[in-house]
Amino acid sequence: MPLVNGGKIADDSFVKLAVDTPLPESGDILVPAERFLSDADALLKRAGKVGVIWPNNRDIAELVPYLGKIATVALVFPNFRDGRAYSQARLLRERYGYRGDLRATGQVLRDQFVFMLRAGFDSFEVKKQADAEAFMLTAKRYSVFYQPTGDGRITALHRRMQLRHSEGVGT
Amino acid sequence: MYAYDEIDRTLVNERVSEFRDQVQRRLSGELTEDEFKMLRLQNGVYLQLHAYMFRVAIPYGTLASNQLRQLAHVARKYDRGYGHFTTRQNIQFNWIKLSDLPDALADLAEVGIHAMQTSGNNMRNVTSDQWAGVAPGEIEDPRIWSELIRQHTTLHPEFSFLPRKFKIAITASDHDRAAIKVHDIGLRLIKSEKGETGFEVLVGGGLGRTPFIGKTIKHFVHGRDLLSYIEAILRVYNQYGRRDNIYKARIKILVHELGIEKFSREVEEEWQHLRNSSLQIDDEVIEDIRSRFIYPAYEKLPHMPDELRQAAAEPDFEAWRKNSVAPHKNPGYSIVTISLKPIGAPPGDATAEQMDALADLADKYSFGELRVGHEQNLALPHVAKRDLPALWKALDKLGLATPNVNLITDIIACPGLDYCSLANARSIPIAQELTRRFANHELANLIGRLHINISGCINACGHHHVGHIGILGVEKNGEEVYQITIGGRADESAALGNLIGPGVKFDEVADVVEDIVEAYLALRERPEELFVDTVKRLGVEPFKERVYATR
Repeated sequence: MPLVNGGKIADDSFVKLAVDTPLPESGDILVPAERFLSDADALLKRAGKVGVIWPNNRDIAELVPYLGKIATVALVFPNFRDGRAYSQARLLRERYGYRGDLRATGQVLRDQFVFMLRAGFDSFEVKKQADAEAFMLTAKRYSVFYQPTGDGRITALHRRMQLRHSEGVGT
Repeated sequence: MYAYDEIDRTLVNERVSEFRDQVQRRLSGELTEDEFKMLRLQNGVYLQLHAYMFRVAIPYGTLASNQLRQLAHVARKYDRGYGHFTTRQNIQFNWIKLSDLPDALADLAEVGIHAMQTSGNNMRNVTSDQWAGVAPGEIEDPRIWSELIRQHTTLHPEFSFLPRKFKIAITASDHDRAAIKVHDIGLRLIKSEKGETGFEVLVGGGLGRTPFIGKTIKHFVHGRDLLSYIEAILRVYNQYGRRDNIYKARIKILVHELGIEKFSREVEEEWQHLRNSSLQIDDEVIEDIRSRFIYPAYEKLPHMPDELRQAAAEPDFEAWRKNSVAPHKNPGYSIVTISLKPIGAPPGDATAEQMDALADLADKYSFGELRVGHEQNLALPHVAKRDLPALWKALDKLGLATPNVNLITDIIACPGLDYCSLANARSIPIAQELTRRFANHELANLIGRLHINISGCINACGHHHVGHIGILGVEKNGEEVYQITIGGRADESAALGNLIGPGVKFDEVADVVEDIVEAYLALRERPEELFVDTVKRLGVEPFKERVYATR
């Protein structure tokens, strides 16, 4: 499954651990939420980056104390119809000020990219190779956005206000 | 009319090109049907019994004549020459080919029409009073706010994959023509004591297999906080709405299971985080949207022109005028409802020729503007009273002057088993038979206001729960059986109808309705007492007795 990071297909340095996989000595690891919370101090002390896989039905606020210490948060789309992780992503970015890597996992397909980018995701475990290759093209599909989110894209309402004010000059 | 600017047009065109790419990937096999299903549903495309069905949005029911002409063009070029207006200010085309859909969408985009979120588990087309902006006594035009919400809900990055569909309706009149109490969110525009515009917010209304009347979650939300408050409701719903069972996934079930107090506390807490964010709307934004609504330059015209006085001698004109013409906020003008319920025809259908002709009439008599209402009728919102006789003649020639608005033959019905893959029973033939039974205008007039709603399955697209007489078709041992309720209503006094007794067979439905109506005529205290008020006063019992005494 290709990983898209920074708009390009990239190597994934993280190894995903299950609840009971033995802890590797070094290297970057992605740990399920429960395992992370029960052993956070030890995990954070070892060499290598730590990321957390957070299920979409658990309150993301529980992760807040660790946000400065972890390298990535992986949110889960069990299927593309299930949009709970979009809310978790926006909460992490816009309410809790998380600036680290935010990864979309699960059934991640081309037609969700724009929504995910807007919600604050910046890396994507893409199901299909062809979708991963089409990432940049798809991400540029839209130039107009109606809603303000934390992604900094200017909204249609604000563009109109700017137009109004610039037209107002000299009249 | 709201005029799209370059920004709105760009977005619609970008959506068309995205959908073209999605269809292409489906046709090439790159997308599975399951993957494509989700994508087509985001854009109003259903797979029905015989073909794809394509649902196009008419936001808050406002339509320009050139837009209606383009809908006629789509009906003619890509479909079978007609379209079907729905109960949520949409139009549906029933016979469209998948490979033609991108072109049809591109044609519609030329006139600022789209099909975004007319199906799927997202925020659906925002609906409003079809008399918005022209109804006497209206507080202010709710379409300004509807348009604000339309924009905010379009391709929303957080709420495009909700547990289930989500519908918002707005009214700004005392008399609710938008059925806000049976919507996921209902908004009633009101003024605060200080004269500020705000909304009473209702939540958790809906029909379907578990009907609920919406409950007030907040008595006053200031206009500037409208988007943040809606966003708070949606965020709570997106996270906690049930996803394990499609029949329990609507927000009404969440509200019901948590209770309105707990649900509103959750929303309130979320809203405290959101209310002072960039979602806050300042007056300038509202004024900008308002400035792109084009209002007619009304003339000062007499309330009772000679043309109207003379035409009053013509009984057919008078019958139509009394039935279909409503007061306008400007006394020289009228709102004219155009019945799409001719005797014996499927409710809500219009041919391409009728649409073209109506577009011409709108240009000639209504400043180029039309409206679509949830009763599946159209309206011309700004007709000068002196033009009413000429308009009537023209409508009559087109078969569009049936004087049955709000009468027993003005039936709301879903497409039913004739088209729909979900249906268990036929709806349209029931409606057609009922219109024939009550075809006599004097009889229908004597009965007075009476809404019949027919659904061909429990999903309730025909809103049977809130029909004065509601008819629900189900399947029992391989046969169509119809359950009949009375006393429902969808207006400001919204209520769910009560079952009158065991279901009846297809052939008996019209007889049963006749029995109910006869009982009403005998039981009403005076001619002005509406059917629904008699039911309220007496309950179901006397009607039940009358219907089942001989069965």
